[in-house]
Order: sequence, then C-alpha cells, then structure tokens
Amino acid sequence: MSAQIDSHGAHGAHDDHHDDGVGHSTLKGYMMGFFLAVVLTAIPFWLVMEKVIPNTQTLAVVLLTFAAIQIVVHMIYFLHMNPRSEGGWNMLALIFTLVIVVITLAGSIWVMFHLNSNMMPGMSHQMTEQQVKNLP
Amino acid sequence: MSDMHATPSAAIAEQDVEFWMKEDHHPANGTLLGFWIYLMSDCLIFACLFATYGVLGRSYAGGPSGADLFDLPLVAVNTTMLLLSSITYGFAVLEMQKDRKGTMMAWLIITGLFGAAFLGIELWEFSHLIHEGAGPQRSAFLSSFFTLVGTHGLHVTFGIIWLITLLFQVGRLGLTPANKRRIMCLSMFWHFLDVVWIGVFTFVYLMGSLP
Amino acid sequence: MNMPDLAKLIFGRLTIEAIPYHEPILIGTFIAVAIGGIALLTLITRAKLWGYLWSEWFTSIDHKKIGIMYMVLGIVMLLRGFSDAIMMRAQQAIAFNGNPGFLPPHHYDQIFTAHGVIMIFFVAMPLVTGLMNYVVPLQIGARDVAFPFLNNFSFWMTVAGAMLVMASLFVGEFARTGWLAYPPLSGLAQSPDVGVDYYIWSLQVAGVGTTLSGINLLATIVKMRAPGMTMMKMPVFTWTSLLTNVLIVAAFPVLTAVLALLALDRYAGTNFFTNDFGGNAMMYVNLIWIWGHPEVYILVLPVFGVFSEVVATFSRKRLFGYASMVYATVVIAVLSYLVWLHHFFTMGSGASVNSFFGITTMIISIPTGAKIFNWLFTMYRGRIKFDVPMLWTVGFMVTFVIGGMTGVMLAVPPADFLLHNSLFLIAHFHNVIIGGVIFGLFAGINYWFPKAFGYRLDEFWGKCSFWFWLVGFWVAFTPLYVLGFMGVTRRMNHFEDPSLQIWFQIAAFGAFLVALGIGSFLIQLWVSYKRRDQLRDVTGDPWHGRTLEWSTSSPPPAYNFAFTPVIHDNDAWWDMKERNARRRLEGYLPIHMPKNTGAGVILAGISFVFGFAMIWHMFLVAGIAFVALVATAIGHTFNYKRDYYIPADVVARTEAARTEELAAHV
Repeated sequence: MSAQIDSHGAHGAHDDHHDDGVGHSTLKGYMMGFFLAVVLTAIPFWLVMEKVIPNTQTLAVVLLTFAAIQIVVHMIYFLHMNPRSEGGWNMLALIFTLVIVVITLAGSIWVMFHLNSNMMPGMSHQMTEQQVKNLP
Repeated sequence: MSDMHATPSAAIAEQDVEFWMKEDHHPANGTLLGFWIYLMSDCLIFACLFATYGVLGRSYAGGPSGADLFDLPLVAVNTTMLLLSSITYGFAVLEMQKDRKGTMMAWLIITGLFGAAFLGIELWEFSHLIHEGAGPQRSAFLSSFFTLVGTHGLHVTFGIIWLITLLFQVGRLGLTPANKRRIMCLSMFWHFLDVVWIGVFTFVYLMGSLP
Repeated sequence: MNMPDLAKLIFGRLTIEAIPYHEPILIGTFIAVAIGGIALLTLITRAKLWGYLWSEWFTSIDHKKIGIMYMVLGIVMLLRGFSDAIMMRAQQAIAFNGNPGFLPPHHYDQIFTAHGVIMIFFVAMPLVTGLMNYVVPLQIGARDVAFPFLNNFSFWMTVAGAMLVMASLFVGEFARTGWLAYPPLSGLAQSPDVGVDYYIWSLQVAGVGTTLSGINLLATIVKMRAPGMTMMKMPVFTWTSLLTNVLIVAAFPVLTAVLALLALDRYAGTNFFTNDFGGNAMMYVNLIWIWGHPEVYILVLPVFGVFSEVVATFSRKRLFGYASMVYATVVIAVLSYLVWLHHFFTMGSGASVNSFFGITTMIISIPTGAKIFNWLFTMYRGRIKFDVPMLWTVGFMVTFVIGGMTGVMLAVPPADFLLHNSLFLIAHFHNVIIGGVIFGLFAGINYWFPKAFGYRLDEFWGKCSFWFWLVGFWVAFTPLYVLGFMGVTRRMNHFEDPSLQIWFQIAAFGAFLVALGIGSFLIQLWVSYKRRDQLRDVTGDPWHGRTLEWSTSSPPPAYNFAFTPVIHDNDAWWDMKERNARRRLEGYLPIHMPKNTGAGVILAGISFVFGFAMIWHMFLVAGIAFVALVATAIGHTFNYKRDYYIPADVVARTEAARTEELAAHV
C-alpha cells in the first residue's frame, strides 16, 4: 500500500470500502425524497396560510406531525440513514440524540411552564385554588 | 520476562490460538462516523435554541408577535431554495459516485448559489424586521427568534465557505478518496441543516403565526 | 482620528487601570508568578529545550504525550485552584467579631468563582481527559486515536481556556457570580465589568476542545478496537470512557449554547435572561443544569473505570459482575439527563415537577450502589495488595458512599428547601468530587504512572499523600456538614455569630492537611524521579495487570504495539499470560503513523487572542483574529500529507532492545 493521503489524519485510505453511506445513493432515492419533501412542506404552509383548520391546537399537532414525517423522509432519502450504516452506530447515535433532544425540549417547556404558572400566576390568568395549593 | 508471569499449572498452551496479528492491521476509517457524531452534538445546540424559543417564544413584552411579523410567502420561497439546494447536492453526490469531476463541481456550484439565495432572503428579512423596530433587542420572543434562525443561517454560511474550499481542493487534486470523504461530510452537513430548517419553519414560522 | 479614539479602537476598554496594582495580594502573586515564570523560561532556554519541547511535545499528535500534557495542565491548575480554596478557608476562619479578614467581598467573590470554575473545568476535566487519552488507545490495542490532529488541537484549546482564566488574575478581574454565573447577577446591568466575559470566553474556548476530544475518543473506541474485542470484551475503563464521551458530546453543546445566549445578552442587548422585555433568568438555570448534571457524571464515570481496573488488579481477581458494571454505567449515563432540576428545587416549579426529579435522583443512586457492591465482591476473598492505588480505592469507597448518601438526602425536595445553598450542599459535593473524582485520579495516576514513565511512584510519599488527603478531607468538610445543618449559607465572606468560628477554624485546619497531601504528592513525584533507577520497571507490567496496556513496554513505543493484538477474553493480557503467549519477535512490518503538526498550537493561540479581544471589546482585533482563525483552519485542510511510515527495521530495533531488556531482567 502506498503512502496514502488522508484528509483527517486517520490511518490510511485504503479502507474506503468501509465507508458506508458512499455507495447507497441513487437518483431514484433522491427524486423520491425530494418529491415527498415538497409535498410535506407544501401542505403545512397551505394549512396555515389558508387557515384550513380553525382549531389552533389541532392545527399545531397536525403541523408537528408533518414536520416529524418530513424529518424522517430527509433522514432516509438524503442522509441515507439505515440500521446498517457504520455498523448501526449512526442509528444508535441518532436515537440517543433524539431522546436527549426530546428531554431537553419537553423538559424545559414543562419545567418553565410550571414555574410560570406557579410563580407568576397573575401574568396569564387568575390563580386557581389548585395553584395556591401547589405553591412552593 | 513479562510474558513469564503465568504459572505453568495455569498454562493451557493452545498453539493454534493467535495473540498477535501477522499482517498489517488497519482499523476502519472513522471520519464519517466522527462527523456524524459532531452533527449530533450540533443538533443539541439547536435543541437548546428551540427550547429557548419554546419557552420565550410568546414573551412579546408588548411588542409585535409572530402573527404580526412573519411573511409566510417569503418563508415558503426561502424553504424552496433550501430544498432545491438539497436535491442539487444529491446530484453532485451521484456525479461523484460516477467519478465525473466536472459535472460534480457544476452541481456543487449550483448548490452554493441556492444556499446563497437562501441567505440573501434571510438577511433581507432580518434587515426588514430591524427596520420595523422588531430587532432582537425588542423582546425575548424576538431575541430567541433571531438567535435560532440566525444560528441556522450562520451554519449555512459556513457550509458555503466549506463548499468553496472543497471546490478548490477537488479542482486541484481531483476526486481522491480523501476528497470524496469530505464531499460526503459536507453532504451530511448540508442535509442536516435542511432537517433543522424543517423544525424552524414548522415550530417558529408556521406555529408562530398562529394566534 | 485622534489618539483616544484610536486607542479605543485597538484596546477597547482595556486601560492601564485594568492592572490591579493597588491590590497587594495580587501584586504579590504576580511577582511570584513572574519570577517563577522567568526562572522556568530561562532554565528551558539555557538547557536549549525549546526545540525539543516544540517538536516532541507541543506539536505531538501521539495520544500518550497529549495525555501526559493534559495531566500536567491539570496538576498545575490544581495548585491555582487549591490556593483559592485555602484563601477562602483562611478568610472564613478569621473573619469574625468585626474582623473583616484579609479578603474584601469584591475579591472574595472572585475567588470562590475562580475556585469552582478552575477545579471543574481546568483540573478535573483535563485530568480525566488526560487519563482517557493515555489509557484508552492502549487498552483497546490501537496505535493512536481516530483523529490525532484533532486531539492535539483539543488539548491546546483547553490550555487557551485555562490561560484566559489565569489572565484574569492580572488583567482586569474574574466573575463575581459563582461558578455557574446565574443571571441576572451575571447580566450586563449587575456585572458590567469584564469578569463574566472572562468566564464566558474561557469556557467557550475550552469547551470547543472538550467537545472535539469527546467526539475523537468516541470514534476511537467504536472504530479502532483490536480484532476480537467485541463490546462486551472491552475493559471496564474503556467502557466508562465510552459513556463519558457520549455524555461529553451530548452535554457540552448545551453549555456552549447557553453561554452563547448569555454572551448575546451582554454583547448584543438581547433579552433572554434579563428582568424585563420578557426575559427569564430561570431559563438560564434550567439550561445550564441540563449540561451541569451530566457533567458530574462526566467526571465520575471514568474514575469508576479506574477503580474497577485497580480493584481487579490488586485483588488478583477478575472483576465481579462485569456485565452488571457495564449496564450500571449505561443506566447512569441515560438517567443523568433526567435529574437536572434537583439543583433548583427551590425555584418554584411546584410539587409535581419536584417530585418527578426527586424520584429520578433517588433512582440514579441504585446503579451507583450496584457498582460499589461489585467492587466489594471483587475484593471478597481476593488476595488484596494494599499498594497506593488500592489505598485510594478503599478510601474512595468509604468516603464516596457517605457523600452519595448525603446526596440522596438532598434529593428529597422538602429537605432540599432547608439545605439548598447551605454549607451542607458544599460538603456534599466536595464529598463526592474529592472522595470520588480526586481520589480516583490519584489512584489512576499512581496506577498508570509506571506505564507512562517506566518507573513506579515512591510508596512512602504516596501513602503520606493519601492519608493527608483522606484525613484532611474529613476534617475540612465534616464541620461544613454541621454548619449546613445550622443553616449557614455558602459564599459568605464573614459572619457575625462568634459561636460558628470554631467550626471554620477546624475546617481551615483540614484544608491545611489537604495542602500537606498535595505537597506530599509533589514530593512523591520529585523523589520518584530522583530514585527512578531503583523504582524502574522493565517488564512493562509492574502490578501483574490484566488489560492490554500492560502487554507493551513502559513507556510504550510511539506505535504502542509492534503487532496488533488479537483479543479472546475481557482481561486480554491476563489471558495471554495464562496461556503463555510468546511475544512475536520477527516479521515486523512498517507501521503507518500520523505526522506531528503545529496547526493545533497556532489555532488555539489565535483563539486565545480572539477570546481576549472579545473580553476587552477590542472588536477590531477580534475580527482580525476570527478571520485568521478561519483562514488557518482552511489552510490546514489543504495539507493532505499527514502521515508517514515507521520503517520495519526501526520497529525491529526497538523491539530487539526490549527483548534484551526483558532477558537481562530475568
């Protein structure tokens, strides 16, 4: 093996056949992903701009669902996520990260919502009896 | 001698067991995995910014709300730019797999142009908002809005700088294994920014426009 | 443009007034540091060591040398952090009955902030990272880490962060906010000076290094294990390092984000954590503890690994419950993300939120307890040798269990309402951090020192160090538990109630004993160096170890292993010894290794300039530095020739020398 150049200083480049993710992309995959992405982007914009669903909460749930589906689409068709790439480590890292993201997002919102409703009850609405009991 | 510690009684001398490799051992290259892990850590930076927007996004401090400010058609155009840049990057990767350097570079340039268009529109939107008196200092909502969207824009900016660097490197050295690996890393980066943008347009623009 | 404008453009808000020449303590320190520094520099220059240091150490991408440099950084910063501690103890011991003590509040507040920041970020983190850097590649049979250049760069970024903290001693001042810099106190309105900016930029610069080194070690452990080493055959230290680096990669971005938001509040006038315009200071507290709690486990998990290695080695037994040890580590790593609110039960999120986090906190003590039992069962019926590493381990088990139990007490929200921010809390976390992390690091240093330098550390001074630390710790912190129960709060620079003084005096004496412990450690290093010929270990395996790092010479050659080992058992080296594996003595091949590079030092140096310029609002300099940073980084990517081959005959000669040494030893 020749003194092979290597971009990131790792050991040699004659191991490129290990590089998962390089050989998996096809034109069909990209076009499919693009088509789905366009549809999944257009519908939420249409829902909001045309005020199709009057109930805000329902609309919010629908929007988040579309976003979640679109993220999965991008992961599969553009980022070539599959349980086999890098021996499953990519997928494992992704799942772990998603868990932490959900904890960070949901946890922060949950904690701060309770804080605001307990400590600044007058800001949003009248303090209920339940909230008075719940005061620290 | 270090390998003489074992007592003879414990020795189960198995001659056929190899303890050292005879041939050269090259561990698998870790660049793509390492870069993916980096992206995951970047994802958590965005998670924090989303969480901040989630908590502070309705703290208008008497100032304008998202429904007052957001120009959804403009956001739709911007989203289109980013989606188009994603598919053109895909085409670049396909050309790379076929070892066609010229067309690969052409697709990369087109990708960069879409990215630049996206940035241009975003900057125009920002300056428009600031002109209207809805700058990042106006309220916690606007602080978190500008920071989240701006951080995404900053990533796109660095993506474009990286893309230009790669064009030079590919132009000079061709599609070597190292350069191919770099193209795949930037591909992950670029598509990752796309995924973040899905969160941004849904969580910030669309949901922020709701009453 | 006239002169003042020009000066402002270049120097920002840095003026001659920023040099604290009117504070005698700082001037004294400065003179001492200057004399010491000049002496050191002269010595290096006279010995003509600069070229050697630069080419063999500073630019080295050898994980072993980087590991050692991390350890040196940690030990140097330990001295700084500890001198802060002893000043605080002295101040609190005398500042009674109207005696103001020798530290005015303005200075005292900087000291407790600097103490916390330095001890966590620039002592514990470098020492832990250094151990992982040194040991992990050896334990998994690799020749280096996955990204050797990044490793060097990460180290120098950590150094740049430490240098920014140190610069705050003599140019300007440090934050007066406590080690987590809660707003609104750390906001622009309450802290308009440079202290908080030093805090922000030093942590941001060092944080880049920490995150990158986390990614690096993760990729290393996942990708570069020797053939045959499946996940469940990895040594426990490698396992805990793996999980630690998972936590680093998943936690440090949160710190980066929250500090960036604070910086935006201070530099750009945004309103994230301000009191008006809709800002919410508690969001900062919430976010920073999402980083902060995993950080605790980032520090303690690797030393759990150290204890596992030490206990098994010195009990001459296979580690009890390997699988349960691994699962306990995984559970701790995941649960560490579900407990952050226990740091601010008193914030007022209410009963439901508090009980959730109280319960998760109590649950996390279960896997930790399982580990303690595993170590005890490993020792049970073992042939235990009480060498210094084992002493630290036993000291840890006793101390840490007590610290853990006071932690469970604090996990009960109603109890926390009484103990929050009291000295009880201070005693608790020092109990787990000193009793856990520091003891573990000393165990690790004593255990792996012979591997790194080829001679053991002196036994007598090691024991002195251990006993002074152990006794000193308890004398220093038991009074704090008592005072905490009495309701005495943290971060006070003097007290009115004279009945409290005796407790502080006892605590100060404890700190003095710990000082003797640190002194003994330094003497131990010196004495061992002097006696290195008597303490020499040529076998490479002084403790009769179990894992792969003991299979190679001490210190290992640059390439670690002449032949990549093949693993058949978790205790790979023990297995080889049991089965009389013979070293292979022929058939050497050229070895592919990465080349040294100065890019890491240069990039980190520019980052230091950038950070310093941002702190002092020298925006012109900062802009130039930033452009230089990006340009240098891009320039570095044009360097494709980053590796070379060690020729086979060099390998053959190195290995032949070792064969001779081993033969002479027997």
